[in-house]
Amino acid sequence: MINTDVVIIGAGPTGLFCAHQLGIIGLKCEIVDNLDKIGGQCIELYPDKPIYDIPAIPECTGQELTENLIEQIKPFNVNFHLGERVQEVKNKDNKWILKTSANKEFISPNIVIAGGVGSFEPRKFSSKSCEIFEGKSVLYSIKDKAIFKNKTVAIFGGGDSALDWAIELSKNAKVILVHRRDEFRGAQASVEQIKQLEKEKKLEIYTQYQLSNVKGQKVLEGFEIKQENGESKSFKADYVLGFFGLIMQLGPILNWGLNIDKKTIAVNTENFETNQKGIFAIGDICSYPGKLKLILSGFHEGALAARGCFKYARPNEKYRFEFTTTSKNVKDRLGVKK
Amino acid sequence: MAKITYREFGGKIHTIEVANGLSVMEGAIQNNIPGIDADCGGSMACATCHVYVKEDWFNKLPKKEDGEEDMLDMAYEPKKNSRLSCQILVSDQLDGLVVDLPEKQA
Repeated sequence: MINTDVVIIGAGPTGLFCAHQLGIIGLKCEIVDNLDKIGGQCIELYPDKPIYDIPAIPECTGQELTENLIEQIKPFNVNFHLGERVQEVKNKDNKWILKTSANKEFISPNIVIAGGVGSFEPRKFSSKSCEIFEGKSVLYSIKDKAIFKNKTVAIFGGGDSALDWAIELSKNAKVILVHRRDEFRGAQASVEQIKQLEKEKKLEIYTQYQLSNVKGQKVLEGFEIKQENGESKSFKADYVLGFFGLIMQLGPILNWGLNIDKKTIAVNTENFETNQKGIFAIGDICSYPGKLKLILSGFHEGALAARGCFKYARPNEKYRFEFTTTSKNVKDRLGVKK
Repeated sequence: MAKITYREFGGKIHTIEVANGLSVMEGAIQNNIPGIDADCGGSMACATCHVYVKEDWFNKLPKKEDGEEDMLDMAYEPKKNSRLSCQILVSDQLDGLVVDLPEKQA
């Protein structure tokens, strides 16, 4: 059980800056994120897109913003728990006990939910027939490519993940690549490579088709694809893989007794606490009159939520406002020797 | 100003007046029309404001910009007449536009 002052859910810009503000006032925090990397939407949705409305930074990309925020919180040695989702939150003697999908447990008087629009999860096939095979022979990510050796593998999608895996798996497996249109959005070099592999009969490509259903009783036997005009084809296969990117889902947060409306959590604007004592919400996931879904608003919200956490983490101390320019305490925490 | 009709998958019809300059997505969100999620807030980064536009209207709309078709690859059951409603800007010319909402967005 990890004991800390604050658990932050979400490693996007808002969560990261909140960690900074907690560090400045001397509180420890741990950050949990379902993605396997730091940066949230900035890194997953627009790492290369320029952002123009971060105060004092005329232009930066999602990736640069993330890197700078990571740099800014370095002095505080924040622990990250990536690739894990907080599943359960329970109250015990005025403290919160959190449990993640990796069965890690935290105990903390404060939780800051900086969860954006929810956790990122793979988009799935629309056919219900896939459900019983999910995680076994219908997959949305690959952990061990050895399982595909000498098998027939269908790959759906037109982006880099689909193309890269089609190229890689075609070395040892029979690969059938299916995409809904003729153009692939993956890197040009990969597109040329799959077309070459198709010529060499090392891979089959079907475009303008989508999955209609998968077949099999207990074991996957095959699948059917269809065109918009209804024309369909059937194949035998051992595995069906879908690479359609990620979708954001609120997930277990819905079950924590919070005031949720339209995927956002109601907070007060004094310290961004929710209806649950010691649970705060900041960034895109919080709502209050006048809420703007901007990164800069998330920074402000995180700064105030950090102060809100102080009273539960240090009930016997009085919070003192200090400037980073002049406070010796703050400079010690930052490790600056001046 | 344009009258836009949103037809939910279940058949429920909402016709509302949307101000020029807003997107078809914003028209739906501001009027609490279910079936359009718009998770990313209109930055063409999520494909959860996906709609189908009937052929006659589809051809009249300004063409898709770079990136929209790529995003549509990730939409739930995309078709030839799929669009992201955050990329359709409302003007007087769109008066009478009808969009069909997919069964779900994700």
